Amino acid sequence: MSQLEIKDLHISIGDKPIVKGLTLTVRRGEVHALMGPNGTGKSTLAKAIAGHPSYTITSGEVLLDGRSILAMHPDERARAGIFLAFQYPSEIPGVSIANFLRAAVQARLGEGEELDATAYYKRLYSKMDLLQIDRKFTSRSVNDGFSGGEKKRCEILQMAMLEPAFALMDETDSGLDIDALRIVADGVNALRSTNLGVLMITHYQRLLGYIVPDHVHVMWDGRIVKSGDKSLALELEAKGYDWVKNELVPA
Amino acid sequence: MANLPATAPVPASPADTAENPLSGIDQAAGNFSYKMDYEFDAGTGLSEKTVRYISAVKKEAPWILEFRLNALKTFLAKPMPTHWATKDLENIDFDKIRYYLSSGQKPKRTWDEVPDDIKKTFERLGVPEHERKFLAGVEAQFDSEAAYSNIKEAVSKQGVIFVNSTEGLREHPDLFRQFFGKVIPTGDNKFSALNSAVFSGGSFIYVPKGVKVAMPLQAYFRINAENFGQFERTLIIADEGAEVTYMEGCTAPKFSTSTLHSAVVELVALKGAKIQYITVQNWANNVFNLVTKRGVAHEDAEIKWIDCNIGSRLTMKYPGVVLKGRRARGEVISIALANDGQHQDTGAKMIHAADETTSNIVAKSISVGQGRSTYRGVVHIPKHLKGCKNNTECDALLINTNSRTDTYPAITSRGEGNSTQHEASVSKVSEEQIFYMQQRGLTEGQAMSLSVNGFINDLARQFPMEYSVELKRLIDLEMEGSVG
Repeated sequence: MSQLEIKDLHISIGDKPIVKGLTLTVRRGEVHALMGPNGTGKSTLAKAIAGHPSYTITSGEVLLDGRSILAMHPDERARAGIFLAFQYPSEIPGVSIANFLRAAVQARLGEGEELDATAYYKRLYSKMDLLQIDRKFTSRSVNDGFSGGEKKRCEILQMAMLEPAFALMDETDSGLDIDALRIVADGVNALRSTNLGVLMITHYQRLLGYIVPDHVHVMWDGRIVKSGDKSLALELEAKGYDWVKNELVPA
Repeated sequence: MANLPATAPVPASPADTAENPLSGIDQAAGNFSYKMDYEFDAGTGLSEKTVRYISAVKKEAPWILEFRLNALKTFLAKPMPTHWATKDLENIDFDKIRYYLSSGQKPKRTWDEVPDDIKKTFERLGVPEHERKFLAGVEAQFDSEAAYSNIKEAVSKQGVIFVNSTEGLREHPDLFRQFFGKVIPTGDNKFSALNSAVFSGGSFIYVPKGVKVAMPLQAYFRINAENFGQFERTLIIADEGAEVTYMEGCTAPKFSTSTLHSAVVELVALKGAKIQYITVQNWANNVFNLVTKRGVAHEDAEIKWIDCNIGSRLTMKYPGVVLKGRRARGEVISIALANDGQHQDTGAKMIHAADETTSNIVAKSISVGQGRSTYRGVVHIPKHLKGCKNNTECDALLINTNSRTDTYPAITSRGEGNSTQHEASVSKVSEEQIFYMQQRGLTEGQAMSLSVNGFINDLARQFPMEYSVELKRLIDLEMEGSVG
């Protein structure tokens, strides 16, 4: 069984503890939604799992198929199958999406192994067709001058091409209007499979109307305070975060 | 020692030839040199004797010797330009430099003696096997002799002269003398004076009226065929309506026998002619690379410099165009990469001297680690001219916080009906950007290299295909080495 296990994880930024003992297991094929108000540590969790240098894991474990990834560099974690869909993707002026993805695919090949360019483009175009992305898109520089919606579509395209085992989707719905949201959600749904585990971080329930999760977790002050199925998201929507604060958080 | 002219002083053989042949090799990837034994050697230090020796070895006409001796006086009289340029220039010890080393014989190294890491560098740069041997100093001559002869033969059918400067002076003295030292006078600056005193090597090219040279003339082959000169003197004349592209250098680590490289390159584009001059150079990081390059563009003529500087301790180079005839066009496209311990002080000069002349400068610099990049530009449009245009664009990319970049653009535009435009930008490769790329599976070095390649992408596309591929590989190597 292939799974991503987060065990009693504590994460700090500088001296400030942000995530304070979080435990969660995501199996391939499952979609988990992690919900919670701003500043509760959701994005910190995603970035720390991906290996961002500004976040310090002070204790706990992150295991990929039983093996710790915490000593690995960010690029090693990526090549091991962890993908982070960024809330704010970086711009890379002068580097086309096609060339960027090509470098990323090449980086997954063994030493001395050369990428088959024809096969690469064939696959790229088939993924673009799947996600209904225009061919012209990949000749643009990565995220350079992109709208919010275009940036998120670019993230989804990369996810489709890199075929990760686990995708951490950080506020993928933020900054999107309803049409863009639907397009991005359709993309994620198209990629759902038994080979992919998803941890979807979101502030709002509305994304979950398009991407239906198998599990929902509510996070508060660095911990998961309640887990359930998709009905938990609806309950949270109805009762609001005050309900979490007043009833779910141990005094 | 053979055939020394009787008047020439016989220089002592270098004392270090008995040492281990590998002792002088700098093991850092891409930067290396080692000592060889030369047939003609002017010894160390610079004096009238040195200049006379060089002129005698080359069997030059008396006017050239006189030209050299006058230049030596100018050089000695001129102060270092440290009132505007870096004080690092004061660290050049002119007494410890060899001003002339002839080639013509094969050095005694074998390929087996070349250290593995250097071989590996060549491999990764994709330098063909036979060229690697030359670059490692194993063979002084190889197929480039043949390649050069082929090029020379092909273009000579069109009446094109493509020879080294010594041969040019000997075989075409009238033509040479007519233009020599006219674009860049001896006294232009201290280093043009130095070059004028001790020059050897470099190319002499003449393209007759209306002849368009289809293939780029590659100095690479010619220079390899005769060993590299540190004080090259190049003169290119494109007669009316002629067109020529010249390519200099190569991206392989430069085999360097000296810490001072000081070239002078003069271009003359007569009415309606076009000259494109492309340089890609990668110097060892102990080299002072102080080069003067300038062209004169007559009516409707066009001169374009494409200049890429990587490596060296200090590079000072400001290719220029004097727009002398009506509607003349000048362009400088430059890329400079300053890594740790390096200073790239580069830029461009555009001197408008006729109506409706246009110039374009696009300069991109990359500073890595402690590397320092400086852009210096001069654009001059005097009051009496009309309809002149200049566009200047300088972009700097900083990789990590210790990098430094300065921009000194001087644009003087007087009179009416002239237009100038200047844009400058400084950007940083941020930690976020690197993390983003790493998250897609690229190593830190690959991520940096991709950022840099993206930054120069629009300029690199103007390079001939094989150069832009080499440039990309070279940047990959530089970035890989800059990651801790």
